[in-house]
Formats: sequence, structure tokens, C-alpha cells
Amino acid sequence: MKQAIALEVNGDTYEVLVSPNQTLLEVLREKLGLTGTKKGCDLGACGACTVLLDGAAYLSCLMLAVDAVGKKIVTIEGLSQGGELHPLQKSFVELGGLQCGFCTPGIIMTAKAVLDEEPQPTEESLKKKMAGNLCRCTGYKKVLDSIMGATARMGGER
Amino acid sequence: MTQVLLPRALDELWDFLEEDPNTAVYSGGTDLLVNLRGGRINPSRLACLERIEEIRGVRDAGAAVFIGAATTHTHLLENSLVSSEFPVLTKAIRVLASPAIRNMGTIGGNIVNASPAGDTLPPLYALDAEVEIVSRKEAKRMPVSDFIVGPGRVRLGANEIVKGVWIRKAPEFNVRHFEKVGLRKSQACAVASLAAALSLSEGGKIERARLAWGSVGPTVVRSAEVEEALLGRELEIQMLAEVARLVERAVSPIDDVRASAQYRRIVAGRLLLRLAESGCKN
Repeated sequence: MKQAIALEVNGDTYEVLVSPNQTLLEVLREKLGLTGTKKGCDLGACGACTVLLDGAAYLSCLMLAVDAVGKKIVTIEGLSQGGELHPLQKSFVELGGLQCGFCTPGIIMTAKAVLDEEPQPTEESLKKKMAGNLCRCTGYKKVLDSIMGATARMGGER
Repeated sequence: MTQVLLPRALDELWDFLEEDPNTAVYSGGTDLLVNLRGGRINPSRLACLERIEEIRGVRDAGAAVFIGAATTHTHLLENSLVSSEFPVLTKAIRVLASPAIRNMGTIGGNIVNASPAGDTLPPLYALDAEVEIVSRKEAKRMPVSDFIVGPGRVRLGANEIVKGVWIRKAPEFNVRHFEKVGLRKSQACAVASLAAALSLSEGGKIERARLAWGSVGPTVVRSAEVEEALLGRELEIQMLAEVARLVERAVSPIDDVRASAQYRRIVAGRLLLRLAESGCKN
């Protein structure tokens, strides 16, 4: 039986009909059309589906949509402000922090959570905190460079 | 599955569980969701425990600490009472899965899931933790080693849940060690792991020893024979290598996709050798 729920995503409230066993990932992609969040392994092992819930990184593939009611959800679509890319996004574009790009939304959302908590991380700390996001193209060097580049650009701001 | 229930108090939960005995509970859901979507379980309803305030957070109860079942791993990692009293638990959680999973998964979920590779379990065994089980009518406690009876199997009756876990403070243990061997550094399921709490005398002799291995048996393994063999000895590599042979006999690992039983057996023993680094000072 479907139920009506209200989800707050990127500052907007969406009323949607969902099945109780639908994940947040499915609802974001298939009901709300927010396909920036990717379905990789669908098992919680790759990080491609990472979104922010009340500011912390969550795996949307391991979360039921009904369980996300009442939380502030932010997806990759919610990062740019007034048509201007977020400094993290700009940094990935300019420093080539992606190749195929499939893992990139998840990586950027995790990085956002990391920098909100620790605006100037050491590379060692960054590596530990990014450990749940897999990338099969880049070898991670340019991913880390891009995040470190964004910290300089942001100057400790969010 | 027709409904997900989000109770905010235990009384509300009991009503839900009594209404329909085929209601499964979860706290974190990082394993449950995988099983649900893989069709391996099919409860008629799900009840999420994460909003029940009574079973969340860490409470200092004097001689012991209570950790609510729905406390996330991230919360435990950031909790100063846990890291000062039970550093062996903090060390294990630091290498548990990934940051996002630690934001979602809870210690109660890790206990009831009862995977031999559950990373909080070896520390809980080594700390002689007790699980608190509650139903509408009663509350009882049981050592975690009695509660878990096999892979995914626990002593939990109908309409009972784990409320949390009690750990006695044990300042006499001055060596607290955890190491996990996995196929990669992070987001790895343990091939073998060791949690150890030892107390060393000023002269460096082992006065008390509690050791627990993960992923090398159907449940976490403790061995009275191994613990006794360490007593009165100094933490040096030759002695540990001798005792490692006892460890190899005490564990009962299996072959799986991650490692062979034989490799796990050897690694379980060798994990002991790292304790030599704690020998000179702790």
C-alpha cells in the first residue's frame, strides 16, 4: 500500500506517494527526477548514492524514504546557488577531479560534509573521511587535489 | 512489507509488536535493507527504533556505562566517555565500514545482527559487556557471549528488543588493543580481528588478560586457555609466538570469498604478536 509523505529536499518540500520498501535513492531519482544521485552497488559499498541528511553523509540506497521524513535532505542538485556552482564543484571541474563522473556526486556530497565539519583537513584526515566513496577511474589523486583545492577557494567558509 | 512504523517511545513500540507478530525491528538498517531488498527476509511490517529516545545515547552509571542500542557508531566515536573508558571499542569503530555507514549503523544493530565479522563485537566480548533485553513486562541482562549463539542468531524472544549494552569500567586494564585484518584498509569486512584488554604490572607482567577474536568462528572467540597462558608472562615476541599456537587451535574459521580457513587461523595467531609493541610501555 502506498503512502503519502513529504520530503524536504534542497529546501523544497515534495509531497510524494511511495511504497514502504522504496529507498530514498529510488524516490529521489524516480519520483522527484533528481537523477544526480547515482545508484552504484545498491548495497552500501560504493558511496555513489551519498546525500546529506541534516548535514551528515548518508547512503540513500540503505535508507527507506519514509524514514527520511522530517530530515533536511541535500543532494548534488542542491549545492549550486543562483546558477553559480559550489566551490567544490568548480574545483572538480578546473582540476579534473573526475573522469567518467559516475562517482562524482557522491564524492562531492561526502566532501561537503567533511569540509563543513573540518574546513581545513590534512590530506591524511581527508583520506580517512573519504574512504567510503569508491572511484574506479581516477586513482583518487585528482579527487583529493580537487577537494584540497576547494578548501583554499572556500577559505574556511561553507 | 506493507508499512514502516516510526515509534517515538517504547510503549508505542510494544503496541506495534503486539498488533502484528511479523513486525521486524531495525536500528540503522544498513544490513537489514540489503537483506530485505535481496528477498532474504520478508516481514509484514518494519519498526524503526532510531527515534526512541530511551534507547539512544551514552549514560555514565558510576561503575558502568550504558550505551543505548540505537546509538550510532559516529556518536560513539565522538563520545569522550567511551573513548576514555573503552578505547578498545573506539579503535574498532574507527575502522568499522565507512563514515556514512557509521552515521547510520548502530551498536544495537551490530549486536543483534550477530555477524562473526561485526566490528564492535570483539571489543564487547573483551570488555565482558552485558546486553539489556526488554519487553513490555520485564528487563533482563545477559553477557553478550550468551546472547549471541551463532551467525545471525541471538537469544531474543518474541516482542523483546535489545535496549542497550552495559560495560563495567575497568581502569585496571592498561593495554587496550584492536586490530582488524581486511582485504582493504577501509570499508572492509574483517578476515580476522583481535580485541585485547590486558593489565600489566609495573614490572611488565601480565596480571589480567581478556582477548576476543572476530571472523574466525561462528561467533566471536574467547579462549580461557589462551588467557591463562598469558598470565604472569611479559609481553615479548617469543612468548606471544608460543601462545599464538594455542590461538590457532582455539579458533574455528571457515573458507569464504574473502579468505581461506587456514589463512584466518594463521592470522588469528599472528595478530597476538602486535601486543609486543605494548610491552615496554602502554
